[in-house]
Amino acid sequence: MENWEPRIVCFLCNWCSYGAADLAGVSRMQYPPNVRVIRIPCTGRMSPKFVLAAFMKGADGVWVSGCHPGDCHYLEGNYYARRKFALFKNLIEYMGIEPGRLHFSWISSAESTKFASVVKEVSSAVKALGPRNHFIKTMPKVG
Amino acid sequence: MPEYTAKIKGISARLLKEEKVEIVIGFRKGTIPMMNEPCFVKTPEDVKELVWDSNCGINLANYLTNRKEKIGIIAKGCDSRNIVTHIIENKIKREQLFIIGVPCKGMVDKNKITSMFENEINEVSEVEENIIVKGEGFEKTLNKNDVLQENCKICIHRNPVLYDELAADLLDEQKNIDRYEDVRKIEAMATEDKWKYFKDLLSPCIRCYACRNACPLCYCPTCFVDESRPQWVGKSLDTTDTRTFHFLRAYHCAGRCTDCGACERACPMGIKVRTFTKKLEKDCLELYGWEAGLSLDERPPLDTYRPDDPEGFIK
Repeated sequence: MENWEPRIVCFLCNWCSYGAADLAGVSRMQYPPNVRVIRIPCTGRMSPKFVLAAFMKGADGVWVSGCHPGDCHYLEGNYYARRKFALFKNLIEYMGIEPGRLHFSWISSAESTKFASVVKEVSSAVKALGPRNHFIKTMPKVG
Repeated sequence: MPEYTAKIKGISARLLKEEKVEIVIGFRKGTIPMMNEPCFVKTPEDVKELVWDSNCGINLANYLTNRKEKIGIIAKGCDSRNIVTHIIENKIKREQLFIIGVPCKGMVDKNKITSMFENEINEVSEVEENIIVKGEGFEKTLNKNDVLQENCKICIHRNPVLYDELAADLLDEQKNIDRYEDVRKIEAMATEDKWKYFKDLLSPCIRCYACRNACPLCYCPTCFVDESRPQWVGKSLDTTDTRTFHFLRAYHCAGRCTDCGACERACPMGIKVRTFTKKLEKDCLELYGWEAGLSLDERPPLDTYRPDDPEGFIK
């Protein structure tokens, strides 16, 4: 258990948080290697299905990050996303998933330091919870 | 209730005779007690089939989706709210509809009544507030208020919100109702207890999708449960899949659900599926001050935003 490292699936908006990750990389910033990045066109593209699918396939945590409100490339995508996320997060916690498994953030493409610090924050929160034992789809044993 | 039925028949016959509508969607007696079924009346002679009593719990808005003709529809409080939702979502046009509003005194829970008796129930009738249940070797009178559907007990919109004509006088709405007591109880549980609560709640689910089919909100051409590339929800009875189904079904109703209880009524296993949708209903009310289906002029909460929406959970 001491050596256990969480696997965190993160969905980053193409126009900001993904850029921040890029900038953090070219700036040689150090952050935990626990995140697996999936690029999405906008947080407005985020569907609850993506999060559930990540959990079902064994992700220990999910993190979604996009542009600050008012800075959306598509003007208002993240405003709509914010409402969807609020309801979604409440519902998933209501059903018995730990609050520390699902994270949201706004990170602009210039905020590489924020990116690195949020990765640290998310990784340590998920690590503290330990491996996830619910809501994992296991294949039936054959033979 | 006979006066309701007579009035409904009268209005429907008039509408059909004057050719104001092509069909009237209402209820007729079912083949077994407490199971009134939806019926489509097309001629003034057939209006004699129509009935109204405490077994009309099915949400008739479900039958409006994408219809093209002029329709007369019988609507209790929750039906009318779902009709409003349908109009907002462009599933039907207001001009196509003649809404016969029925102020509703609540529908009875057939599962609750059935479970009270060991033998089969052959006949159920009602006089005022009494439900008279007859079967092989027994006859009992129940008080309607004791056997109401759970959602009717806590209903605060018994009068139709949108109608062209009323079948009875408007009722006083119930006051001082705590609609979310059960939701708060679950919210207060520890994470592990919540997990277990829903595990037990969903364990009888056979994935028949009756809750989805009975719901007037579920009209997608291809439902997410039928999508195969990618397959979001497995077809098996795996507990993870079952939970995903219920989660997404509820989430799709976020900000649209009127708590009509059609899903719970349709469930053959008696699962309280409203437990999910009520949480979303509560959040929509608390976060965005929204109650579904009350106005034609407001956009639903997930189709709009305010710059100052709550975002305390976002880093």
